[in-house]
Amino acid sequence: MFADFMVNAWVAATIVAVVAGVVGYFTVLRGSAFAAHALPNGAFAGAAGASLLGVNALVGLISFSLLGALSIAALGRRARHDVATALVVVMMLGLGALFLSMTTEYAPEIFALLFGEVLGVSSNELVPTALIGAVSIVAILALYRPLTMSSVVPEIAESRGVSSRAMDLAFLVVLALVTTMAVPVVGALLIFSLLISPAAAARAFTSRPLRAVLLSVALALATVWAAIALSYLSNLPIGFFVGAVGALNYGLARGWSGRPGNKPRPGSSRRGSGAVLADA
Amino acid sequence: MVAGLAPVIEPGFFSNGPVQLALTVGGVVAVVSGLVGTFTVVRGQSFAGHSLADIGTAGGSAAFLLGVSPLYGFFAMNLLAAGAMELIGLRRPRGRDLATGVVLGAALGLAALFLYLDTTSTSTTGATINVLFGSIFTLSTSLVPVVAVFGGVAVGLVLLLYRPLLLSSLSADLAAARAVRVRLVGAGYLVALAFAVSLSAIAIGAILSTALLIGPAATALRLTRRPGLAMAAAAGLGVLATWLGVLLAYDSFYWQPSSQGWPVSFFVVALVVVLFLAAQAFVAMRERRV
Repeated sequence: MFADFMVNAWVAATIVAVVAGVVGYFTVLRGSAFAAHALPNGAFAGAAGASLLGVNALVGLISFSLLGALSIAALGRRARHDVATALVVVMMLGLGALFLSMTTEYAPEIFALLFGEVLGVSSNELVPTALIGAVSIVAILALYRPLTMSSVVPEIAESRGVSSRAMDLAFLVVLALVTTMAVPVVGALLIFSLLISPAAAARAFTSRPLRAVLLSVALALATVWAAIALSYLSNLPIGFFVGAVGALNYGLARGWSGRPGNKPRPGSSRRGSGAVLADA
Repeated sequence: MVAGLAPVIEPGFFSNGPVQLALTVGGVVAVVSGLVGTFTVVRGQSFAGHSLADIGTAGGSAAFLLGVSPLYGFFAMNLLAAGAMELIGLRRPRGRDLATGVVLGAALGLAALFLYLDTTSTSTTGATINVLFGSIFTLSTSLVPVVAVFGGVAVGLVLLLYRPLLLSSLSADLAAARAVRVRLVGAGYLVALAFAVSLSAIAIGAILSTALLIGPAATALRLTRRPGLAMAAAAGLGVLATWLGVLLAYDSFYWQPSSQGWPVSFFVVALVVVLFLAAQAFVAMRERRV
């Protein structure tokens, strides 16, 4: 299980899980699950475009995910956020379909971006993954206070000079970075599960942000490690185990927070907003 | 009149079998999506609408494994998923977003498993790709009755629930005060959505399914606040985008330098987005003048 060819997979999955645990907490707090699905899913169009132009796939991924983030933020000003996200993701996928129809030879490689190829990660893919991951974590830490406040109580944040629009844009840009980092190594579907389930479970267990962020990272790590081990032992795809372990985590967390004496309000910031602000 | 349009419409457009079928099925799907989608936009459930198209893939690939028609797998999975979303059912929009996310994550895991089993047992990878991108020109005529029945069920449910659904979408508290069973109506709507999305994802692919569900409805709601009018306009705009998209895709076989043709989904999506942006700009201009 820890043979040479598996080492890169363990390292890549660990980096991705740490970043996804941290960024995922804010994704759940802000209710941005749709954007977390849309950017990784649509970004593959960038990779398809890059292969058409003969440039590095990473360039295509980063430019498309940034473009997607900017479009969602821009459209979201006048239209509803979920409508803006839906329109942006279909536009990106439509462009992807166009690019793919023009380059038939690279198709399997691009579909690997959707489902992930974590066992095929090469050592020189690890460097950009680690670098972009570090940048996203630093960005989140730098924004920690205003971002938390603007996610939980936007009106109060505005009155203290924290612009909701600026925070929205900043968060979407971080999501775009996470996309660029994760899609080449774990695939679009897997990064989405890792962003949502561990953080949602962590939020159901505790409403204090620092504890929830740490718990979310721990759960994300446990999920990918268990998934790689189970996948190695059973020969079934990693994506399945990430999905299953994630759903199990969330179910357990909901069950735990639903105990008598514990108000079952995960996903709602009502119960937690006082505690969230106290910690921030 | 057709002769006058010769420079625009390449030869054989109207007499071509696959094109006629694409126009018919695409038109029906666009109408159903527009009618159902208006409520999706009003209720802020675009994410659920988009997710169901992806979630159905898991059911489709499971059905493939069992040797059943993927259509049934698609429907069964989507109904299950709609039920799960309703069960996790958090009423605030943010909670709904989370419920959809958790269900989508789990379903994508299942899709990965079934697709893997499909490919190892029969070595066909095309299934997901087909569902994702769709192929409106390769529809089979046997699909037409299915489209009609399921489209009818979705539209019938929405029309049946019309008044309580509208009230509870605009203000759940007001609806509850008038003895509307808000949760039941919401669940009924999710079932209609599951039918509409399964239908469109199977017929024209997941990308177009979301585009036609959200785009025309959002455009129509920018232009008018009257719900009945918005539904009619959404259906009309959807049909317009689909038919123009099919026409452009057909024409593109004759464009230089590629002799391969551009994908329909690209054209339809582009038209849907252009219509939406035009409506945005129009409303902004009108507001400035007032």
